[in-house]
Amino acid sequence: MAFTFAAFCYMLALLLTAALIFFAIWHIIAFDELKTDYKNPIDQCNTLNPTVEKVKKIKRVKIALKLVLPEYLIHFFFCVMFFCAAEWLTLCLNLPLLAYHVWRYMSRPVMSCPGLYDPTTIMNADILAYCQKEGWCKLAFYLLSFFYYLYGYGFIFTSCSSALRINDSHRALVFYLRMSNM
Amino acid sequence: MSAPGFTNLGSSVSYSQNSTPNGGAAPPYQNGPAQTYPSMYPPTSYYGAPPQQQSYPTIPAHSTSVPSKAPITNSAHSANYYQNNHQPQQQQQHHHPAQHHVAPSPYSAPPRSAPPSQPYATLPSSAPPPSNTQYNQQPFQQQHPPYATPGSYYGQQSYHAPPAQHPPQQQQQQQQQSSLVPAPASGPGAPLYPIVSYPSAPGSSQYGTLSSSQSTSTSGVMPLHMGAPLHQYSTSQPASTTPVQPGYGVAPPSQMAPTVNGQGSTAQTTVHQHYDQSHQAPQSYDSYGRVTHSAGGADADRPPSGTPSTSVHSSPGHHQGMQYGYVANSGASSASAATSGPAAAPSSSSSDDDDDEEEEDEEAGGDTSSSTTGSASPVPNSYDSLEGGSYPDSMPPSNDMTNQAQPYGSYGYPNMQPAYRQGPASHADASPTHDLYGQASYQQYSQPFPNLSQLSAALGGLSGVPELEVEALRPVNLLQERNLLPPRPLEAPEPNLTPDLKKVNCSPQTFRCTLTSIPQTQALLNKARLPLGLLLHPFRDLQQLPVITSNTIVRCRSCRTYINPFVTFLDQRRWKCNLCYRVNDVPDEFMYNPVTRSYGEPHKRPEVQNSTVEFIASSDYMLRPPQPAVYLFVLDVSHNAVEAGYLKYFCESLLENLDKLPGDTRTRVGFLTFDSTIHFYNLQEGLSQPQMLVVSDIDDVFIPSHDSLMVNLKESKELVKDLLTSLPAMFSQSRETHSALGPALQAAFKLMSPTGGRVTVFQTQLPTLGAGKLQSREDPNQRSSTKGVQHLGPATDFYKKLALDCSGQQIGVDLFLLSSQYADLASLACISKYSAGSVFYYPSFHYIHNPAQLEKFQKDLERYLTRKIGFEAVMRIRCTKGLSIHTFHGNFFVRSTDLLSLANVNPDSAFAVQMSIEDSLADSSLACFQAALLYTSNKGKRRIRVHTLCLPVVNQLSDVYAGADVQAITCLLANMAIDRSISSNLSDARDALVNAVVDLVTAYKSNVSNLQQSGLVVPASMRLFPLYILALLKQKALRTGTSTRLDERVFAMCEFKTQPLQQLMRMVHPDLYRMDNMSDQGALHLNDTVVPQPHLLHLSAERLSRDGAFLMDCGNVFYLWIGKCCNEMFIRDVLGCPNYASVPPNMGSMQSPRATNKNPHVKPQSHIPELETPLSERVRAFLDWLQDNRAFSSTIHVVKDDASAKATFFQHLVEDRSESALSYHEFLQHVQLQMSK
Repeated sequence: MAFTFAAFCYMLALLLTAALIFFAIWHIIAFDELKTDYKNPIDQCNTLNPTVEKVKKIKRVKIALKLVLPEYLIHFFFCVMFFCAAEWLTLCLNLPLLAYHVWRYMSRPVMSCPGLYDPTTIMNADILAYCQKEGWCKLAFYLLSFFYYLYGYGFIFTSCSSALRINDSHRALVFYLRMSNM
Repeated sequence: MSAPGFTNLGSSVSYSQNSTPNGGAAPPYQNGPAQTYPSMYPPTSYYGAPPQQQSYPTIPAHSTSVPSKAPITNSAHSANYYQNNHQPQQQQQHHHPAQHHVAPSPYSAPPRSAPPSQPYATLPSSAPPPSNTQYNQQPFQQQHPPYATPGSYYGQQSYHAPPAQHPPQQQQQQQQQSSLVPAPASGPGAPLYPIVSYPSAPGSSQYGTLSSSQSTSTSGVMPLHMGAPLHQYSTSQPASTTPVQPGYGVAPPSQMAPTVNGQGSTAQTTVHQHYDQSHQAPQSYDSYGRVTHSAGGADADRPPSGTPSTSVHSSPGHHQGMQYGYVANSGASSASAATSGPAAAPSSSSSDDDDDEEEEDEEAGGDTSSSTTGSASPVPNSYDSLEGGSYPDSMPPSNDMTNQAQPYGSYGYPNMQPAYRQGPASHADASPTHDLYGQASYQQYSQPFPNLSQLSAALGGLSGVPELEVEALRPVNLLQERNLLPPRPLEAPEPNLTPDLKKVNCSPQTFRCTLTSIPQTQALLNKARLPLGLLLHPFRDLQQLPVITSNTIVRCRSCRTYINPFVTFLDQRRWKCNLCYRVNDVPDEFMYNPVTRSYGEPHKRPEVQNSTVEFIASSDYMLRPPQPAVYLFVLDVSHNAVEAGYLKYFCESLLENLDKLPGDTRTRVGFLTFDSTIHFYNLQEGLSQPQMLVVSDIDDVFIPSHDSLMVNLKESKELVKDLLTSLPAMFSQSRETHSALGPALQAAFKLMSPTGGRVTVFQTQLPTLGAGKLQSREDPNQRSSTKGVQHLGPATDFYKKLALDCSGQQIGVDLFLLSSQYADLASLACISKYSAGSVFYYPSFHYIHNPAQLEKFQKDLERYLTRKIGFEAVMRIRCTKGLSIHTFHGNFFVRSTDLLSLANVNPDSAFAVQMSIEDSLADSSLACFQAALLYTSNKGKRRIRVHTLCLPVVNQLSDVYAGADVQAITCLLANMAIDRSISSNLSDARDALVNAVVDLVTAYKSNVSNLQQSGLVVPASMRLFPLYILALLKQKALRTGTSTRLDERVFAMCEFKTQPLQQLMRMVHPDLYRMDNMSDQGALHLNDTVVPQPHLLHLSAERLSRDGAFLMDCGNVFYLWIGKCCNEMFIRDVLGCPNYASVPPNMGSMQSPRATNKNPHVKPQSHIPELETPLSERVRAFLDWLQDNRAFSSTIHVVKDDASAKATFFQHLVEDRSESALSYHEFLQHVQLQMSK
């Protein structure tokens, strides 16, 4: 069996990237909700009274904002995995995002707890727009890298096990495509 | 406050009558009348509250509910008010019984369905050249010399003139209106008119007159008004018989105008004079103008029938009442209307008994009105607003309201008038009554003034509005023109709107936009290189405010905008939202106008006649039952605090003002002291003396007792007094040097969580224990570094998080920092910043060594304790589709893109909002902004204050520049620069400011100016921009190179974020006047005092001379600089010293704050000795006048030319070069250099 460590890395990255995509989507939705909150005519003036729905929504937003650190850690984790597997090209492709994450976290507002977003400035239009843009960019990046990992996995799998027939690798591809659709 | 105004008015005007009835207290009211109605209005109408501030909220049940609460003063006021109001009503009733359709209250009812003309409906399109019309009118006024003379009372003469001209004008207006207005509206109105004439008419007439004077269009109204006014005046003023005069505030104004302006048209001047008398003529003018215009529309409606005049005749009081009513209309509408008119003038004659009767009448009227409303429409709109506030405490206001209401209803003037009223009110402030209220009331009154000043400026513009626009675009070469300053403080530019809209538009003091002409697209905005934003002062003390109680608050169904004067009525049953353009139905209830008691004229409702209104909100707007006012004082009693000695003065001040704390019978207070431990005080009723409970476990703070620490003030007053008396001595031996501020705040949070409320924290050093402890971050060697300043941001987020928790529980935290050492304000201020509190900082505070700070502390504290307060507030800002909010500046927590959460809202803090244009505004000619502030008053009423601002949309760059408001732009840029310096660094922020100037000049040069001039060319409207930016760069907050303590810098930044525009501009660019040779030329005549109006001087040492004395007005402090060779007469007559050498080095601050407080009716506003010399009187009159519009009274420092204090004076001369900063000329050259790069 030619299931190498590199192939394992790719498979793992594939799964984790699926999670990251999920995070990114949640992130985008959260900021969109923040931004469009005022368009909800129901909570007119008496925003003082948080309705149940509103509380739910706030929770959702909060959860989304708390996913930042897990996201960074996950990404850092499979970068380390690629490093160990000596997948230099893949690592290089991920380095810019890794550097961005480090920079982003270093320049976060003064906070005593982990987190990135300051509730007092998050509504600033510039910051809001920046965060939304960041969400979309990340989503695009994760989607691309998802397919890249898929391809990488398949490539390594086939190249490492020349004994395997092409059909098998196709089967693997199909399998993972199905997975990704879930 | 009010007293002075009144007296003056009385003397000058015929109003004296009013004064007589009231007696001492009365004066204010009288003044009010004198001032013209404004004064009267304020009280009556909803605002009435303003003077009494809190009165309205509590008052809900008219007289019955809150009487006890009101301080003595209040009662006095109220009494006066009542008298005035009542009397008028009575008189009116007597006089015009027949006229009054409504059985119960003659006036109130004025059934007239409304005059068809709907200002809004017409809107801009109709707008005839407003400016021109206005101008025309002015000539008229000018022609009438009599007006000019204050004594004669404007009135009559000026009015006469107007009538003749007016009729034609009226017709024109009517025609215009009719054409403009949708058919349906006009139809009903016409029949009604005759009815309208009533009593209310008088009041309206006044307004109308005013307006008429300003705007020709309104003129139609004039005739009628004149009739009415005459009556009033005749009664009031023997001298002036003409009916016209009385009715119109206008006439009086004319008088004022001459004196005041000198500059503007005479007519305007007259109006101004009234204001002037009160305080600032200019602003008042503006308001008048607007008001009048609006009123004019209403007036026009009336004019047709002769009847109105009769009504007017009947009671002079009516006239006034009308006016008032107008103001009042909102709240009083129904009930008040009846009473309204008469009150002012007649009252004077009437005795107290009469007053009482009047009161009764009013009440009856109110009831009737309410009943009528109920009957009339299934959904009663009870405009009980008046009741709410006015009756109990401040009866007068309620009355006023009622009175106002009537006029209002009848004329629909209300909108504008309020502003007027404000003006008058301010005058009133001068009156002794204010004293009773205490500073707070005073200040409130004072605020109007700024408006007046603005108005005056505007007035000046009125005559030449068109010219102004041209003037605003005149290219100015900054390198060549050296005298850029206007002779008087700059006024807000007037938006280029139709007179109708101008009249109803929001006061620039409340709501100001950096560009009074909104560019159509973001591209155009970018081209102009100017920031687009709003400057808001939503909760400022208003003289007059229509308060509306209604079962349904009419709002747009899709965007939830409150109905406002700028909506369009498509027909009787539908209106189109001016923000989202959705067509909404008019609810049945809204069809009934409680002011006029007529059905089918929704456009006459006060909501649609006023751009600033207050609604009494229903339970739909409550999350929980309104909480009582709860105040917790957290006091630092460590060794350092004892050394500074603030505790004694705090306790004294609180003892003095205990009864003036805003609140009702439910008000609760609590105390908490801390050093290294936290001390609670059990003040439970029944204890013989306060019990101290000490919690030493600061790592896990708990509340030792849950129900006895926050006690009902009324029930435990004796214990509270005991505690305050003994507190200073209790800790006098304290040796504890540590400060556990963080745990103390946590305890305060726990204590307050159930109710919310206000926490006031006094801190004297860096917190050193427990959560939130801080380290000293300041390196004294870096104070004058030019490289940038570190540590402008918080060191920990403890205070921010706590503030957010507080905000969530509706707790506002105000911080008083009295520290001689670095205390890390950057971190501490967060506790206030995000809980919508305020920050006060007294560097180097010491009760012996620093008397100036002590005095400031005492004054601030008095204002702080007695000022109005709103709890559980949220503010939402809506704007026309296409515009969106970019960033907020101020103290609050942003809950949503357009929603601010304000745990507390106070009348002294302002907000700034950056806007962006998301979609083209091409499909609309108007852009509107609406700020709605929902809060719980200190009387436990849920209220919504709504401000609406309307501005034209333009597609030409030159129009954008013509409408640029240089002061607003400067303030917005300052806010942006503060943000930038915290998020990035200081030098970035400074560069950005310089670039703003460079960009403007470049953009103007390449896009607008066709002249190929060399040098720096800017439009005249922006000619002061480089100067202001330079001044900004030299402020403590943003300067580099000059030694500045970090805390002082951070505090200056906090102030930039929260100070209202007027105050901020005085801090950035102080006003400099020469005092030793003031002439009476252009002086204002307020009441019986003459307020000289010296010209503004450039802030440059070359404008000073050794033989002169100069006054610099820095907003919160005055400097009186005495030259070495200063005229000895000035020193002797004003300072009371024989010669220059004998002037003490720090005079002013050395004197006891109460030294001048001998006369209970005169607040100690300046510390210049009260000498009986004409020169001294003039100087003091001028100082008092300057102070009148400030919330916090300023201290005055006499600076000798050779004193060490000289440096503090000279650092404000921003046009001169300083050790580390450029002079103005160098700055311009620097900008030019940057441009060529």
